[in-house]
Amino acid sequence: MSTMQNLVNWIDDRFPMTKVWNEHLAQYYAPRNFNFWYFFGSLALLVLVNQILTGVWLAMMYKPSAADAFASIEYIMRDVEWGWLIRYMHSTGASAFFIVIYLHMFRGILYGSHKNPREMVWLFGVVIYVVMMATAFMGYLLPWGQMSFWGAQVIVNLFQAIPLVGEELSVWIRGDYVISDATLNRFFALHFLLPFILAALVFLHIVALHKVGSNNPDGVEIKKNKDENGIPKDGIPFHPYYTVKDIVGVVVFLMFFAGIIFFWPEANGYFIEKPNFEPANPLKTPEHIAPVWYFTPFYAILRAVPSFAGTQVWGVIAMGVSIVAFFLLPWLDKSNAKSHRYKGPLFKYALAIFVVTFAILGYLGVVSATADRTLVAQMLTLIYFGFFFLMPAYTRETSDKTTMTKIYFIVMAIATIATLYYWWLFDGGADGSMLVKLIVTAISAGHFLIFGVKPWLKPEQSKPVPERVTG
Amino acid sequence: MSEGADLKKRRFLTATTSVIGAVGVVGVAVPFIASWQPSTKAKAAGAPVEADISKLGPGELLRVKWRGKPVWILRRTEKNLEDLKTLDPKLADPASDMPQQPDYARNPHRSRKPEIWVAVGICTHLGCSPTFRPEVAPEDLGPAWVGGFYCACHGSRFDLAGRVYSGVPAPTNLVIPPYQFVDDNTILVGDDGGAA
Amino acid sequence: MKKLIIALIMMVPGMLHAAGGGNIHLESAGINLDNDAAKQRGAKYFVNYCLNCHSLQYERWQRMQEFGLSLDDIREKLMPASAKPGDLMKIAMKPDDAKAWFGNPAPDLTLETRLRGEDWVYTYLKSFYLDDTRPFGVNNTVFDKVGMPHVLWELQGFNKPVYRFDVARSGHVEQSFESEAEAEAWIKEHGGDAEFKVNRVVDHLQTAVPGQLDEAEYDKVVRDIVTFMAYMAEPVKLERQRLGIWVLLFLAVLFVSAYLLKKEYWKDIH
Repeated sequence: MSTMQNLVNWIDDRFPMTKVWNEHLAQYYAPRNFNFWYFFGSLALLVLVNQILTGVWLAMMYKPSAADAFASIEYIMRDVEWGWLIRYMHSTGASAFFIVIYLHMFRGILYGSHKNPREMVWLFGVVIYVVMMATAFMGYLLPWGQMSFWGAQVIVNLFQAIPLVGEELSVWIRGDYVISDATLNRFFALHFLLPFILAALVFLHIVALHKVGSNNPDGVEIKKNKDENGIPKDGIPFHPYYTVKDIVGVVVFLMFFAGIIFFWPEANGYFIEKPNFEPANPLKTPEHIAPVWYFTPFYAILRAVPSFAGTQVWGVIAMGVSIVAFFLLPWLDKSNAKSHRYKGPLFKYALAIFVVTFAILGYLGVVSATADRTLVAQMLTLIYFGFFFLMPAYTRETSDKTTMTKIYFIVMAIATIATLYYWWLFDGGADGSMLVKLIVTAISAGHFLIFGVKPWLKPEQSKPVPERVTG
Repeated sequence: MSEGADLKKRRFLTATTSVIGAVGVVGVAVPFIASWQPSTKAKAAGAPVEADISKLGPGELLRVKWRGKPVWILRRTEKNLEDLKTLDPKLADPASDMPQQPDYARNPHRSRKPEIWVAVGICTHLGCSPTFRPEVAPEDLGPAWVGGFYCACHGSRFDLAGRVYSGVPAPTNLVIPPYQFVDDNTILVGDDGGAA
Repeated sequence: MKKLIIALIMMVPGMLHAAGGGNIHLESAGINLDNDAAKQRGAKYFVNYCLNCHSLQYERWQRMQEFGLSLDDIREKLMPASAKPGDLMKIAMKPDDAKAWFGNPAPDLTLETRLRGEDWVYTYLKSFYLDDTRPFGVNNTVFDKVGMPHVLWELQGFNKPVYRFDVARSGHVEQSFESEAEAEAWIKEHGGDAEFKVNRVVDHLQTAVPGQLDEAEYDKVVRDIVTFMAYMAEPVKLERQRLGIWVLLFLAVLFVSAYLLKKEYWKDIH
């Protein structure tokens, strides 16, 4: 036997190296019909590695104190050899991470990767998303620029809206009465810690995936059709086929990534925001405070919900629910088919509308609020929630309505009616133009009728799902 | 994997992609490793330091800080220079054979000019800063002492050219830094214009 | 029905483009970051006119060697006597003194062109005008009520404002007039509503006192200053762009190899 084989055997006697290699790569049978949407999982892993590598390196040069943080970033950009590159890799990577993850999540919803038996893959994924958001939020404070400071100030102030405990909670989070050195230092420690928790969650996410096997664009369970050797007929070993394909995906991604790093690192103020080129000044509020682009859809929802009974907490709750809704997805989707290709037609429209809604909410979160924009944001918030909470209605294929389906329907009905009442009878939309008021009313009502009422009366029908993948 | 697969082509393409990829990995690694080099800030802090010796009298010692280290500038007297010649038998490296100094300091007085001596004031044993003991025959150092430096940490002794005595813990002569005379009254420590 | 929904949704983007805030028209600075001569001149102007109050505290004197100034030039012509080339470009003024004299300490300018944009800084330096309501006798159309005197007045001279009077309702400008009297008259003709507001706005600037330079020459000085500032805001910019080309070329080569490898293996599948 060769030396290499000897070495491999020695290790295998003490560590399941070849076993793991086979089970999870060389003999992990993945569906043969993965398409473009299937690149983003491995790309997300690549970006995570990039963030950790560049992040740890930056931590060697960055100073996490209010007095020194801003200057230390300029030190990295100017005085440290190649510091500028490591910095841009990290800032671009942060935004790239969210772009990749949003596309990755979209793939999941598109092909039903959240449905039985992959609920845990999905749940781990949503937890990863939430931890990512926390990590990014804390990371953004670290440059200690004007936007870092004021963005954090606004978001931590959200906690003040919580009745009874809000004020003390905010002070406890900050470690001070305003965002200060104490806040910065602890956010730095947590920002350093969370990515490692993220890596562990990614590991668990993949463990859950490999237990049941990957989904595919047709939503066909390939394990149901095995050949005489027990290998799925529509399966191909992940290695070498998907390793080799993912490498191409990585190279293409790196071309975009490098393009931004070397030619457009600020991305017109979206990846590195202009107010952050000025050190944090607690006495001077910027004209326009907005979170970084990847948070803006949720920020728009937060801002859209008006205050009632003297408290702003409803917006905070709405924002919270808008994220929690993702956790519920496996149980909201009542369709028999996994992939949108075979679900009833309403799902396709609902998903397309959801994507557009998410994007426009994102835009609204960036720009300043005006009366008309707020009306539109309120309509879009309704539609956003409608995507999730009307889903039991518009994906349901039988006339049987579960209790939860009824409850969600009633809640959406109340929400829609309450919004219309708020706009017209409660004078909530008073400052908006009549044209806009009419349009948002029409769309909101229409949306509820099409996705809530219509399927309630006549259930959707999914198309028969083929036995074998179609490519 | 199907039969009839062109294995040679696969091996070639795998090798090619691997080699190009490896070049890329090295390319990415370089900035990370290079970033550990002293930054401009560190180099600026370690920049050469000018010392004005116009007020330095004979037998007096001036201390300056260069790269975080104490640097001594001593204006030796005629007697000091005479005494140096007599000390050779007691010294471990009287001719400065070990590479502790630039070439222009590899002479009996270990300096560019005989009366001005520049050295890094750190004991070559374990890094303490020795004390300046110019007085002759003090009680603690014995009757044979004609002036020099005594390191209190472990008892090492150096003469007024920084040469180490035999039989003391320190192994080598004191380090002479790069330096040059900007003019007769100004020394630039840390920069000798490249002349070794 | 679906078409109606889609049509309504398509109207949404249009609705969103309601006017945000008043945007000042900015002239294009038109700098060429590669121009070493411009950067050298800009450095000289900046040190003479700006560095007394505005620090460049994140960058070092020796950086200016990168656009062709020798260390001797920098030492003799630009640096204060007490500074070393490796020092950061700070100013002698203490922040408390600055606050007492100017209201607010003059901001550090190292990153100013990244913060506000090259065009903003360019237009700003050209937009001072006489205003005796202000402590230093000048105001600025780009930065209203700015606390800075017109340091470049010897070169540009002084401009005076020519006003116009906008009649606005609900934030939307209905009509503009050259005098307040005409504006008032128009309001009376149109119902004399309390909803109408008259805003006095600087329409354009006119020379009041000529300076040493004509407009084209002054523009060049300002452009040089902005070029210098843009360089100091990110000295590595030109190098990173050059490097980027090589990186993309490398990735293109890697792509070809990786793609051929993928295609070869995937022959097995189809």
